[in-house]
Amino acid sequence: MIAETLFSINTLYRQPIPVTGLFFGSGEKTLAIVGSLRGNEVQQLYICSQLVKCLKRYEEDGMITEGCQILVIPCVNPFSMNLGKRFWAVDNTDINRMFPGYAKGETTQRIAASLFDHLRGYVYGIQLSSFYLPGNFVPHVRVLDTGYHDLDLCDYFGLPYVMLSKPLPIDTGTLNYNWQVFDTKAFSIYSKETKNVHDESAVQAIEATFSFMNSQGMLKGIDARETQGKYYPFHPIHFSEEDLVNVLSSKGGIFIHRSFVGEEVKKGGVLADILDAYSGEIAERLLAPCDGRIFFNHNSNLISGHEVSCRIIPNDAVFKHSESSMRRS
Amino acid sequence: MIKIAASVELPVGESLVIQKNRIEPVGGLSGKRPKRICVVTGTHGDELEGQYVAWRLSDALNKHIKHLHGIVDIYPAINPLGINSINRGMPLSDLDLNRIFPGNANGPIAEYLASEALNDMKGADACIDIHASNIFLRELPQIRINELMAEDLLPLARRMNMPLIWIHASATVLESTLAHSLNSLGTPTLVVEMGVGMRITKEYGEQLVDGIFSLMSHLGIWSRKTPPTIPPIVSSDWQVAFINSNHSGIFISEVSHISTVQQGQRLGFIADPLSGRVLERINSPVTGLLFTLREYPVVYEGSLLARILHGDPGDPSEGSEPWMEANM
Repeated sequence: MIAETLFSINTLYRQPIPVTGLFFGSGEKTLAIVGSLRGNEVQQLYICSQLVKCLKRYEEDGMITEGCQILVIPCVNPFSMNLGKRFWAVDNTDINRMFPGYAKGETTQRIAASLFDHLRGYVYGIQLSSFYLPGNFVPHVRVLDTGYHDLDLCDYFGLPYVMLSKPLPIDTGTLNYNWQVFDTKAFSIYSKETKNVHDESAVQAIEATFSFMNSQGMLKGIDARETQGKYYPFHPIHFSEEDLVNVLSSKGGIFIHRSFVGEEVKKGGVLADILDAYSGEIAERLLAPCDGRIFFNHNSNLISGHEVSCRIIPNDAVFKHSESSMRRS
Repeated sequence: MIKIAASVELPVGESLVIQKNRIEPVGGLSGKRPKRICVVTGTHGDELEGQYVAWRLSDALNKHIKHLHGIVDIYPAINPLGINSINRGMPLSDLDLNRIFPGNANGPIAEYLASEALNDMKGADACIDIHASNIFLRELPQIRINELMAEDLLPLARRMNMPLIWIHASATVLESTLAHSLNSLGTPTLVVEMGVGMRITKEYGEQLVDGIFSLMSHLGIWSRKTPPTIPPIVSSDWQVAFINSNHSGIFISEVSHISTVQQGQRLGFIADPLSGRVLERINSPVTGLLFTLREYPVVYEGSLLARILHGDPGDPSEGSEPWMEANM
């Protein structure tokens, strides 16, 4: 393993903040993995740290295929993480909306440009991502529908779900989008948590990464059964983000889950209760609008009206995409 | 009349309400489809220049209501929690409201509110979307127009009594703004940028109010005599030079905002108070009008220090690109 300062962030009255890249193997730029771009992505940092720990051992044991260079950048934004801020702590801009960056531009544009200089040219790119709403996900692989995406490759992560998202204008500044535009096969892995370490889903993300690396020939001496397919199905369920059914609250109050992420629900089943904050009475009971599986759950104990309390993958969407997935294979 | 454009319940004993003041002629409206303009501000909670304009416009309309022949909808705070709590973004999600339009009626709260606000405004004969700069920069009062919409909007912008019209490059990311969304729906919308964040510059506000009345006269909904408006500089005839800091430190300005500067003239320097050293001297790369100047002294590598309008053909690759403007 070679640890290298890719670039430093120099700011008033703080010591230079290095953005560190950890290189494994040598040869073609094969895979780059990016951890936390935002200051609250602790789970993503943790996953990267554990990947580094394993990769170090794999490298020492000669298990990284010759000619494959792997780069891991656990944290791009220590500046904000060390202050407990989610976005760039000075102007609240999001580095993950600044790609491909601009070397002569403003601070976060420059950071994105410096980072992207190091990330361009890799065959594969994995970003450990988080979502802007407070909530828990079923771990999944997400790909932006750019026309450059490769949906079939997603299966090799061995995670149970693969989601295809149509990019909004604001998404054109994300790392995933720009990686794809610049010829890297890019994937985002969503773990269950963001600001807290969640061991079980971290292990899933780590195994998914190694499963993918193994499938693409980056690792040797690892039995495929030890990674892909050991815990997860070989044929994940594919669906589009637009297939998800949002369950919206209409009342504000104290939010009490009556269901959990990944649970299969029937139409009319109870998902959550919103309690009146003063009386404790149920102000609203949220029911499943369809048969399906809970993909996302709001995880704050307070909720406003018109908030997404839950997102469900409806069974018909699952079937639709599973069929197309089977046809593909 | 105070009306509600959108409302959602907050968790504990309160609702988030986007309000507007609808001002109509005293004797009622004539015609099947009365003309309407919308004046919108408070998208970013740290931009307060529009607060004076909203108040002053409402005050002037109420005093001279007999001259009004259409509807004026004034939205002083479409991000009410942001203004209330001095947060630039939306406090519940930390999102920039001006990056989620046109919103989504079935989406999360921020997207829902954006969608409701947009629906309330669309169909107006003109919309004025007033922004201040952020807390970091001081801006000459200006209208900003996407180059793709310049042909339709320029005649309206010229009425606005603003000294500069900046026609900026089109960018995908700016398709998420209120102005772009309204313009795409056929509601002509002008973006005003002026002054500095967290402050009110009264003379700029007065200047803009005169401009709004001038536009209303042009649209036929205001019959009181309006003062003559100033002829604006239009940026498409010029170039914009961007000056960014290459060091982190304290910016000490040595020049006045809104002044003509000469090529090579000292604009300021970046100081290191710990060592007593000057880290960087900032000289003007061109001769022209200094229309943007750093207000907040703490700077980082890349912080924008100044923008200068000049007559030389510039290298388009130099400086920040307008689409990345954080304060739009």
